Amino acid sequence: MAHVWRMIGQRLLFGLLTLFIISVVIFGATELLPGDLARELLGQSATPETLAALREQLGLNDPAPLRYWNWLTSALQGDFGVSMGNKRPIADLIAARLGNTLFLAAYAAAMAVPLSLLLGVLAALWRNSIFDRAVNAMALTSISFPEFFVAYILIVWLAQSGVFPSMVRFSASTTFGDRLYMSFLPALTLTLVVTAHMMRMTRAAIINLLASPYIEMARLKGISPWRIVVRHAVPNALAPIINVVALNLAYLITGVVVVEVVFVYPGLGQLMVDAVSNRDIAVVQAVALIFASAYVLLNLLADVLSTLSNPRLMHQR
Amino acid sequence: MTQPRTFTDISRRGVIRGAATIGAAALILPASLRPAAAQPKPGGVFRVGIGHGSTTDGLDPGLWDNLYAQTFAAARHNQLIEVDANTQLAPELAERWETTDGTTWTFKIREGVTFHSGKTMTVDDVVASLNHHRGDDSTSAVKPFFEPVTDIKADGQNVVVTLNAANADFAYLMSDYHLPIMPSTDGKIDPTSNDGAGGYVVESYEPGVQATLTKNPNYWKSDRAHFDGIELLSIIDPAARLNALMTGAVDLIDQVDVATIELLKARGGNQILSISGNAHYVFPMDSRAAPFDDNNVRLALKYGLDRQEMVDKILGGHGSVANDNPIGPASRYFFTDLEAKSYDPDKAKFYLKEAGMETLDVTLTAADAAFTGAVDAAVLFSEKAAGAGINITVERAPNDGYWDNVWMKKPFCASYWGGRPVEDQMFTTAYSSGAAWNDSFWDHTRFNELLVEARAVVDEDKRREMYQEMQQIVSFEGSVVIPMYNNYVMALSDKVATPEKISANWNLDGFRCVERWWFA
Amino acid sequence: MVTILLYVVAAIAVALASGWLFRAALIAITKGELQRSFRGAPLTATFGMLVIVIYILVAVLAPVIAPFSEREVVGAQYLPWAAPYYLGTDNLGRDLLTRLIYGARNTVGIAFATTALAFIAGSLLGLWAATVGGWVDQVLSRLVDALMAIPALIFSLLLLTIFGTSVTSLVLVIATVDATRVYRLARSVAQGIVVMDYIEAAKLRGEGTWRLITREILPNALAPLVAEFGLRFCFVFLAISALSFLGLGIQPPTADWGSMVRENATLINFGDVTPLLPAGAIALLTVAVNFVVDWQLHRASGLKE
Repeated sequence: MAHVWRMIGQRLLFGLLTLFIISVVIFGATELLPGDLARELLGQSATPETLAALREQLGLNDPAPLRYWNWLTSALQGDFGVSMGNKRPIADLIAARLGNTLFLAAYAAAMAVPLSLLLGVLAALWRNSIFDRAVNAMALTSISFPEFFVAYILIVWLAQSGVFPSMVRFSASTTFGDRLYMSFLPALTLTLVVTAHMMRMTRAAIINLLASPYIEMARLKGISPWRIVVRHAVPNALAPIINVVALNLAYLITGVVVVEVVFVYPGLGQLMVDAVSNRDIAVVQAVALIFASAYVLLNLLADVLSTLSNPRLMHQR
Repeated sequence: MTQPRTFTDISRRGVIRGAATIGAAALILPASLRPAAAQPKPGGVFRVGIGHGSTTDGLDPGLWDNLYAQTFAAARHNQLIEVDANTQLAPELAERWETTDGTTWTFKIREGVTFHSGKTMTVDDVVASLNHHRGDDSTSAVKPFFEPVTDIKADGQNVVVTLNAANADFAYLMSDYHLPIMPSTDGKIDPTSNDGAGGYVVESYEPGVQATLTKNPNYWKSDRAHFDGIELLSIIDPAARLNALMTGAVDLIDQVDVATIELLKARGGNQILSISGNAHYVFPMDSRAAPFDDNNVRLALKYGLDRQEMVDKILGGHGSVANDNPIGPASRYFFTDLEAKSYDPDKAKFYLKEAGMETLDVTLTAADAAFTGAVDAAVLFSEKAAGAGINITVERAPNDGYWDNVWMKKPFCASYWGGRPVEDQMFTTAYSSGAAWNDSFWDHTRFNELLVEARAVVDEDKRREMYQEMQQIVSFEGSVVIPMYNNYVMALSDKVATPEKISANWNLDGFRCVERWWFA
Repeated sequence: MVTILLYVVAAIAVALASGWLFRAALIAITKGELQRSFRGAPLTATFGMLVIVIYILVAVLAPVIAPFSEREVVGAQYLPWAAPYYLGTDNLGRDLLTRLIYGARNTVGIAFATTALAFIAGSLLGLWAATVGGWVDQVLSRLVDALMAIPALIFSLLLLTIFGTSVTSLVLVIATVDATRVYRLARSVAQGIVVMDYIEAAKLRGEGTWRLITREILPNALAPLVAEFGLRFCFVFLAISALSFLGLGIQPPTADWGSMVRENATLINFGDVTPLLPAGAIALLTVAVNFVVDWQLHRASGLKE
């Protein structure tokens, strides 16, 4: 067990390193993009004079490494600064949206993860049956439509008939139940998008094990197929399954900007795209770091769980 | 009589298509749907879905650059002067204005107007609101227009503005959307406040998402602001916007996808408003760079596209053919009899031969950031030009950074102009030699002379003649291909009633739909 | 609703029947080991193979089959389905059938190149990291972690804005993004394998790293990788489609399905099926590829039933 704790500590340290690398990469990339915030704020009406005045005010005239250093030192003190675009504190800007993003991710995950694990196990159990092929074909079809397209189709079916709203509007008085109702279509869209991947990996990982000698042995002993899959195959197939689940959870948090746009859902993805196109570097950095932390933590969790699930990794020689 | 002239925005970013139009505003509406001059009724919450708005939008009036910010501002603020539905100047917070010599302008400020906070508007507030846009540390987009202003001072209930040279049209600047009157302390307005003197009070605002406003009970205008409340939603995706209207989540949307207009009409329950202005789409060519330095090459290109096809396919018919003329049909001196250029491969080949070429290979850079459908328009151009021996390679540039990387950098690209209401302004902005936005880098001696001369000419017929000659020159010797004038297209629920005449000065009834419209 | 069900049933019947015919044809023209494997192939797999063969033929023979040229504007926009425009015209008045046919060539070609590149790079590095372990593993994994932690769409947007949007850079950028995902999977699968006793044995025998990876680990890690390949392949279409949502993607007037879906997407609001055609083309290929992958997976697993 000590070995697992050491791994967690080590990985958290590496996680910090990852965050640092990302902040440099993002800063560098936004620097390489043409134009800057002053230019974007003033648009084509910028004259050299106004640009100079605005750059001065925004502190854009400092050399890039100095600006990065200033950002890093205040960020380390927990101060992410104010959005240079609208002068609002970034913490305020992000707080509500982070909540919305996590809510949607959790909502979609609550539907998608159990569904895909169940379907994956059943498909492996009844492999090559009509059930297997039908589930596969449906999952593949849903995954092969672009997200925005799935969203449009769901809107035509479920929103134009008035069953669910086509756009999400949260206010302070929105109750939890209302939130669930209003975000149902975006959550369903995301469920359709991620289920196929997890379900297929589950199925593949289990089937991959079914030819192993120990399963053969179990079969020869006359254990029921259901018991073989659930008790003998699933535990050993956990590593790849956990990994793919973690990947998809990370995707639900970081990659849903298109769904946010279609359902007008106020999440972090939209904020990030806006900030990138406006070159509001402080906001880009803050959101990128949140995404990165979510990703690092989920992966760490996945690795810890895979290690725990594999006795051989637990007791490495 | 002075020429009407509006110093509206020169900002091209933020997809603000079209600008002030003085003159005819065509309202294409089936007669059955036309509201029969009904009396406005109070009540209801008016929900507007706008295809702009960004999480980085701020409250600083000097930096407003998109339709969301503009409409939100029109709901909560007033200006000194407004542009009415007939695109004439009308008093708002200035009761009247006058000048004797064109250099000293006196604006009489309305008394008894209160801001939402309860503070009474003073002349000092007006001075501070205007001063926000001038001075060395000002970051306002309209700062260049305040360059000629040497002094702004309070004088009793008047504000007196002094210019360094006579300008008979200075009052038009006061109708610019960047110039709301805001409360001040110590001679400065607070650019992070949303306090104003307009018809609605801000309840909540989340940039890039939504704003809710309620009726201002103390609004000084008695015949405006009919709704109980306003909700402005930023819905960027065209399909999402359309869905919001179709499911009844909003009452009005702007920038309707042209592919869906007919389908939306057929579905019923909604009205389409299509308002024509002087806005137009442009393909500027760098006249300094080969091969565009040869006017024959430019003419070959001008005969190598099918303008009507572009109006039909890119605008869905909601616009009209432009004849490489930046002066729109809504302008006073519009040259109706300008020789029309239709798609004519033989003529194009003829001009190519004149230029000493058999074929021509050029690259046209476009992105939908230039205008909706710009890439498609470029593809259509390329298709038709191929029939005249001109090979246009269409290069799609990313929307992101388009104005920095492509416009005025690549020799042949897509762009648009909001359309200036006054001929002189349009020509001076984009066609006079050395002008900052002369995006074709064009320099034509006769044109430049005419432009300067015409400003001083008083005789109407003489002026008309001069401006028509300039249009002739730009059309046949200029370095821009202007295929079409585009309309503002909005869709609204049948529940919404509008005045019979809708302003062509900007989109959404000059942003004023929030206070001019009502629920039937 | 009933009619839709009928259509679905009819489509499945046609699919299975064509799968059966194709299997019969394959059995007839092949012999030996190959023939035996086709004999055992399920109808879904042969249907998948048939679809893939048809797509490849269409892609290769596009200029011969297509009624018009790729970029030609043939008439008014949104013409109805009638000869000579069997699937109508698009928003610019180009023949939709022609665009779909050329789309097969461009989209499938690009998707295949991208996926192959991503797999070669991603899986080799992943297996290597898992086999060697130590600092190689740490450096590679942390780098991949950093790249993966940046949302793919935003990462692509940044890179494509900086490097331009030629087809080459598009392929390289998407392949880079995808390779990180493949790396992670390959590494985690291989990690389960390297602790197996037979790997210990091979190591003791003194087998080199390359030989260890290709001979001992890869064959045992192939199944999940192949399954992943089937999915990654179709994710490329989706990536291109999402990029065209942001105004990036393949240069016009080149036809590609991802952008075609995007261009016509608003029409779906009115129940128009036009945007379903390119989306359907992507879906059909995805399902077909994965049916074949499933069959191979089943064979690779060594399960006899």
